Amino acid sequence: MELKHLLWGSATAVMVGAPVTAQTQVEFWHAFTGRLGELVAAQVETFNNSQSDYVVEATHKGNYSETLNAGIAAFRAGEQPDILMVFEVGTATMMAAKGAIKPVYEVMADSGADFDSDAYIGAVKGYYTTSEGEMLSLPFNSSTPVLWVNRDALSEAGIDPDTDMSTWEQVGEVLDQLKEAGSECPMTTAWQSWIHLENLSAYHDTPFATKANGFGGVDTELALNGDVQVAHIQAMGDWAKEGKFIYAGRRNEGGANFRSGDCALFTESSAGYAGIKAEAKFDFEVRPLPYWASAVDAPQNTIIGGASLWVMAGQSDEEYKGVAEFLNFLSSAEVQAQWHQDTGYLPITSAAADLTREQGFYEENPGTDVAVKQMTTNAPTENSKGLRLGSFDQIRGIIDEELEAVWSGDKDAKTALDSAKQRGDELLRRFEQANR
Amino acid sequence: MEKRVTFKGLWLPLLLVLPQIVITAVFFFYPAGQAIWQSLFIPDPFGLSMKYVGLGNFEYLLGNPYYRASFVTTAVFSILVTVVSMGIALYLAVLADRLIKGSGVYRTLLIWPYAVAPAVAGVLWLFMFNTRVGVVSWYLGLLGYDWNHVLNGEEAMGLVVVASAWGRISYNFLFFLAGLQAIPKSVIEAAAIDGARFWTRFRTIVFPLLSPTTFFLLVVNIVYAFFETFGVIHTITSGGPQQSTTILVYKVYADGFVGQDLGSSAAQSVILLVIVGLLTIVQFKFIERRVHY
Repeated sequence: MELKHLLWGSATAVMVGAPVTAQTQVEFWHAFTGRLGELVAAQVETFNNSQSDYVVEATHKGNYSETLNAGIAAFRAGEQPDILMVFEVGTATMMAAKGAIKPVYEVMADSGADFDSDAYIGAVKGYYTTSEGEMLSLPFNSSTPVLWVNRDALSEAGIDPDTDMSTWEQVGEVLDQLKEAGSECPMTTAWQSWIHLENLSAYHDTPFATKANGFGGVDTELALNGDVQVAHIQAMGDWAKEGKFIYAGRRNEGGANFRSGDCALFTESSAGYAGIKAEAKFDFEVRPLPYWASAVDAPQNTIIGGASLWVMAGQSDEEYKGVAEFLNFLSSAEVQAQWHQDTGYLPITSAAADLTREQGFYEENPGTDVAVKQMTTNAPTENSKGLRLGSFDQIRGIIDEELEAVWSGDKDAKTALDSAKQRGDELLRRFEQANR
Repeated sequence: MEKRVTFKGLWLPLLLVLPQIVITAVFFFYPAGQAIWQSLFIPDPFGLSMKYVGLGNFEYLLGNPYYRASFVTTAVFSILVTVVSMGIALYLAVLADRLIKGSGVYRTLLIWPYAVAPAVAGVLWLFMFNTRVGVVSWYLGLLGYDWNHVLNGEEAMGLVVVASAWGRISYNFLFFLAGLQAIPKSVIEAAAIDGARFWTRFRTIVFPLLSPTTFFLLVVNIVYAFFETFGVIHTITSGGPQQSTTILVYKVYADGFVGQDLGSSAAQSVILLVIVGLLTIVQFKFIERRVHY
């Protein structure tokens, strides 16, 4: 049936003598399921319907780690997709793979697409560009950590829900009051390394690693055992001991505790918005991530988490043209603004942020611009541009282990962070060996 | 009289064993050879370059105290899984063997957990012991026990052992039951007439006669605990808290597929291969001597 159809089709084409231009297929592997998966599918469909030269085929390949592995395995077998979604901690791995990727700035230049990398907000762009300002991968979904507040829980504990929690000192006082009022879970967190070490460092303009957080070369070393970091982790450890900080797990397990109303405060990605809005049966609010007033007068900026789109090497020019068109479509203000409003991810271009503001979204949904402001108030410094460390997923695993030792009271903050630095440096040296 | 079929010539017998040899070569010798080869290099993840380091990967691993600690964790974990799953299975098999009515129902029900994939079993147990919504941890809370496997390493180890042993009990139960039913009733009845009570009969007659089954299960269960429990660890603890449930095979995965450090990962699989080989040799050399066929 299928074959017959095909033969008939080609026969007609020959008879009519009209050239049949097949649509070029562009393969896109991503890591989104559920609501996010639907939203990506909708974006792809809109693009496919908007023109007739290219067809983007989006495929879900598992979580972030699995998608990266699928891409690597496919490249080794010579069957890589055109576009691969890679989470931010895989950035150094992708950058080092010079023969496996085609930098986005090259893809755009070759295809003659009208592309301006300066349209992206600095703190987002910085993560994915070289020191020379060349954009290697296209930022896609980016978020940053914020403080989520259960206002009802504060009221119940007799605390003014509007109380200032800009600094960790103030948060400490609120935790004391919550504990006294009998709260079972005054505070919890998701992604502890990302929020309480990586972002803490950037926010206080302190290096997380030497060589400009790894941007300056693969011979970088961790610097996460500095004074600011040790003081913060020690404070968190003390809160854990006193039952004011409840550790729920290495990923975002704490989210369930917050969304169910068990926990009063929650440090989590701004992209937690969709889930919290859907499930929380209490009055919640987004606040900027607190900083230590004892360490700095005002915070720097936070860094991003999320993923970017890498273009893989070894495809035809025709496909790269399709890739360029698709990436250009994805970064348009309309698509980005919609994505930002649907998901809580950051608007990654200034135009998308402006459009969202014009549409009145921030007025209708107060607090949704907290993350944007937190990222963009200050121009990023060497310490707050992002991180570029090899084997970083594994280093995060080591940090998780060492932090767990602090939360359980087995180690003090200094010992744990010193150990994390030493163990992480060993992995960085192996990465350096593999990519020299 | 023993009946033995002998094939003449070389080609027919070779042809007959060929499928087995091909399967072993493709699924065992080739990957094992690849692992040994790769363990001598530090490759980049995309296979673009390989740097020869000789035994550097092994030096790096064995010089790492956290890797060495993982041997102890693996030993503790494997022994616990084997003892728990075989002990409970033997107990259940002895009970089922004594049943006159309805043993078929029990047998069928007891076999079910074996059909559950390790990762799914992991999620199941994780839900029951979830620190916030888990049924079991809630009851423990009523008893005044604060269950928290997220931070308590011993509890985490207990949980992954139970989750790994659970599905395995079914498998062991089947073999033990078959073994028990193969023991001639006359021997047991003779002992009973001589006045031996149940426990004495079990210790002096049943258990020794069951030893071929027990030995087989010991080997199979240790191999299971070493290699196939990966899914359970991955879904329940990811090797944590700290490194309290990081067993060797989980580290192979973590270094290879999370860290993309394929050299170290290959070297670890070689080490695992050697350990399991040695263990099996030891088992056949020393324990098998005590087995009565």
